[in-house]
This record gives sequence, C-alpha cells and structure tokens, in this order.
Amino acid sequence: MAKLKYALYTGCTARESTPELLKSTMAIAEALDIELVLLDEASCCGASHLQDFDDMLSLTLNARNICYAEKLGLTMVTICNTCQLNTAMTKERLDNSGELKEKVNEKLKEVGLEYKGTSDVKHFLYALVDDLGLEEISKKVVKPLSDLQIAAYYGCHNIRPSHLQQKSNGGENPYTPNSIDKLIVALGAKNVEYEHKNKCCGFHVELQAPKTANRLSGNAMLDAIDNGAETIVTPCPLCHLRMDIQQHNITKEMGREIDIPILHLPQMVGLALGIEPDKLGLNHNIADVTFV
Amino acid sequence: MVNKDKKKLLFNVFRFNSETDYLPHYDKIEMEVGSGEVVLDVLNRIKWEHDGSFSYRRSCRHGICGSCAVKVNGKATLACKDRVEDLVELFGEELTIEPQNKGRVIKDMVIDKKDFWSKYNSVEPYLKTEIDENPEKENIVSPEIAEMIDEADYCIQCGNCYYSCPAVNVNEDYLGPAALAITYRFNADVRDEGKRDRLEAVNDIGSGIWDCVKCFECAEACPKELDPIGKITKLHQQTFEEDMAQDNVAVRHAVGFKWSIDKHGLLDEGELVKYSEGLFGVLKHIPEAIAMYKKGKIVMPWEMPKSENLDEIQKLIKSASTAKFKGK
Repeated sequence: MAKLKYALYTGCTARESTPELLKSTMAIAEALDIELVLLDEASCCGASHLQDFDDMLSLTLNARNICYAEKLGLTMVTICNTCQLNTAMTKERLDNSGELKEKVNEKLKEVGLEYKGTSDVKHFLYALVDDLGLEEISKKVVKPLSDLQIAAYYGCHNIRPSHLQQKSNGGENPYTPNSIDKLIVALGAKNVEYEHKNKCCGFHVELQAPKTANRLSGNAMLDAIDNGAETIVTPCPLCHLRMDIQQHNITKEMGREIDIPILHLPQMVGLALGIEPDKLGLNHNIADVTFV
Repeated sequence: MVNKDKKKLLFNVFRFNSETDYLPHYDKIEMEVGSGEVVLDVLNRIKWEHDGSFSYRRSCRHGICGSCAVKVNGKATLACKDRVEDLVELFGEELTIEPQNKGRVIKDMVIDKKDFWSKYNSVEPYLKTEIDENPEKENIVSPEIAEMIDEADYCIQCGNCYYSCPAVNVNEDYLGPAALAITYRFNADVRDEGKRDRLEAVNDIGSGIWDCVKCFECAEACPKELDPIGKITKLHQQTFEEDMAQDNVAVRHAVGFKWSIDKHGLLDEGELVKYSEGLFGVLKHIPEAIAMYKKGKIVMPWEMPKSENLDEIQKLIKSASTAKFKGK
C-alpha cells in the first residue's frame, strides 16, 4: 500500500484545551506510517455558532481552510467532529451551487485563493478504519487492550446529518454506528454495547443551558457505565471536554457518582500500539487514567 | 403487494393501557413479512391477526396525515412510509416497536401529543396579515420568493423530530424542532407580517432557538426531509437581521467567534468564555479552569497560537461579513 498522506486540520481545541489530542494523533500517525501535514494557515471552523451569526463569513473562512488542503493536493483530515461537520457542510454547499461558489470565490480572490472542490474532507477516524484498515492496525498492536471494556461514544457530527457524512465515513449509519466498536475489538479490547453511543453530549449549549448539557452527558455516561464500561473513548474533543472536565457537575446533576476515564480515540489506539503514555498526552487527562 | 421474499421476523410490541395497567409489557409476535411491506402493514396485521385490542393511530396511508409515527428500535419512523426490510437491514430480524414517547402513552402506540401541539400552536403557525377584502389586483408571489420558504412547508406534524429531540427530552420548556421549523416557514413568507412577534416568541434562553443542541437528530427523523435544524439556524440569523438578538450569553458566544477569529484566526477559548459570560458570569467556571490549568489545558495569553497568514483571515472578516450585532 502506498504511504497514506493527509492535510491535518487540527481545529482549535487540539491546540489549546486538548493538547493531548494533537500529541496522540501525531504519535499514532508516525507509528502507523501515515504522513500528516499540518494546515497551520487554517482558522477556526466557527463550531456551528459563527454559522448562527453570519453564514457568509463562516462559508468563506471554511472554504479558505479547504483551499490550503487543495493547494497541497491532499485530502483534509479533521480530528474534531464539529470541524468535520462545518468543513464538510461548506464543501457540500459550494460543490452543489455554482452561484454560491462564485460568491465565496469573489471574496477568496481578494487574498489570492480559489476554492475548487478538489480535496475531500474526512475525520481521521475514517482514515484509520477505512483507508488504512483494521487489519493493518491490528498487525501493529503490541500491547493488546485485553480485559478492558471500552464504550465507544461517537458524537453527533461524524454521523449526522447522514447525507452529508456518509460520503466520508464509509457509509456509517447514524442509528447503528460501529466503526469505533470494530476498532476497539481490533485493538484486543471488548466493546460495550449501549443505547446512548450515538447520542448528543450537549456541548453546544454548555454555557446557556448547563442543565441540558449535564443531563445529556450524564445519561450517556451512566448508560455506558451500567453496561460495564471501564472507559469511554470518543473521536471528538468537544465530547471529551464535556465528559472529562465536567464530571463533577454531571455527577451533581445526575445525583450519582460518575468517575470514569475518558480517552481520545488516538490515545486508545496509541496505548495498544505500545506508545508511551506521555507521548499520548495522558498527563493532560483530568479524569484519572492511571489504570493504563 | 409484492410478497415473493417473505422473511420470518420477531416483533417486540410495546403494550400499555393507561386506564388499567400499572406497568407496560412487550408482546412477542412472530410474523412473516414480505418485501415491500411497510411498518403500518405490520401494525395492521398485529391488530387483525393477533390482538384486536392493539391500538395505534392511522389515517391516510400516504405519508400526508402524520398520524402513524412510531419508533422502531429507537428510530423514528412514519409507519406508512418506512419499509420493514430497510429496518431489518439496519437492525436485524428482531424489531422493537414502541410509541414515540413512552412517558405519554394513552394506549399502546397512541400517545398524548398535547405538549407537541401546544408548543406548535404557540408560535402562531399561520399567515398574520391585514387582508384587503376587496382586492383589485392579484397578490402575485414569484417562484423565487416562494422558494425562500424552502421545504419548511412540507411539515405534516407527525412529531418525529420533536420526540427524537434530546433537548426536548431533558427540558420540557424547549419548543423543539417542529415548532421552530414552522416558525421559519411563516417568517420566510413575504405575505406575512408576524415575523417579529414570532422571533420574540422563540428568542428566550431556556425555551427557544438557543437551546437547540445541534445534534441533527431532527434532520434524521423527519420523514419529509425538511431539515428542521437548518431552519433553526436560519431563525438564529433572522434575529440578527431583524436586530432582535438579545445581549445574552448564547448570543455573545455566537458573535464572540468572529471577534476571536479576528484576533487569532483560531479561537481563544478562555477569552471566548469570558466574552460570552461577562466578568461575573465567568466566575462559576473557576473550578474547571483550575483543574484544567493543573493539567496543562489552559493556554496563557502570551502563548496563544495564531493561524499563519492571519492578515488574510482579517481581510476576509472585513470583506465577507454580512451580519451585525449591536450589543457588543
């Protein structure tokens, strides 16, 4: 197989509040012989909040980010579900409307760029499971995560809206997602089946509706715990922020002690590949991860 | 009906009579189902062939009346539209049929939709305008202008989006996707004059547009594919267009993205929380901030990463911005 190479759009959180996500992503890419070129020119995707305020501005900024992947002639990979949503949504709208594309390109021309629509956009999870393949990954497992029961928490924006994401997520069904479950098994661990694996964590209303956010995260986490999860793994840093940092508030809202380690997807992969915990940024995790 | 490939399936059917039962139970029913049969065929056969007391709503059988919505393995379905074989492909040969909301059951699949209807009606989902009773010419609406309503007009009030919305599920005050989508439908109608009243009705934190969690469950659940969350996004934009956005934490959060991107390209997460919450509001986040600081999750202002070619981003913000907010 030719060496896989992608343009990596890190998003904001991986550079700030979840440095462990960027560290572990780079560490497993190296171990799996995947080349990631950092898109340092990229700006924030707007996280679906800028979109509520100014549609044209968010389209233009996201199109600009994609331009830099196009310049490299590479598929863009994202490591945040919400970056994935906003980038893929921009791409879909521009690729399906010549008029909109022209309007955005008028703006981009002012800074010497042009959106062409030549780069695909996919989440790194699907670069791993679809492009590299589970077989290749399991060949490189040196420390199988046996005896560990892991609950996959998919987050919303990798799987919904399905018409948008199915082009890049291997046709994952939003009602029965299983890519992370299969990855868990390929790493030697046991996947936990639970109803809330494809439900919302509430991150996007954390400031204005903390009760809603805490209840949604709490319902999902307790469902995972009640079905035997010893840790929860997620491909989304926003779900991670919610579940890792807010456990004390979620505990208060749910009236039940919640104390469970939350791993980023590449941290889980890295552990099975035998990468040292420090290189995976496990020292940054807030909920205790010493079990590893 | 094409029945050449019959398949034996097991249905777990939710049963509950609110007048006589203390707890619900599930009937296990084995049935041969042919390709082409829809969920409504199964509901009919449960009643006709297995138990005449089984209750469910049905009427048009053509995806128009919105009566027959139920959940199959947790997935919102319109029983007369969704084919059983598609559900088998998704979930396997054992299917669980349940009402849209188990907490509101009157009998079996029949639920009390009062919560749905009262919220739907609260946004005045009809044309509000002074009608000239003796018009001298036609009021012509061009196709381009009619298109602004988008597919929002296709809503059949089945409740699938509403009873799939996780925000509604944990916050009974939230209006939910159906009421908000129909708000957009009339707000986008050039003949209507109730836009500002409706925006007023959906603008409050706790019940309105700012409580949408952006999960896209409504977009998946809608049998008419009218993308309720897309309409909620447009309502957000309308509050800015109409200069009705309140100076509150959610609005400042949305606006703050532009402010932060203009400074750094990337988001300054800490500053954004401060910008959104205000000086006093930010205090409640101190426990998390301390925990994050200890684990190296807070970037100090002097270490704040910036996008390369930031001048391009700043130039685009100047030239591509279309919205305004006077609050800040």
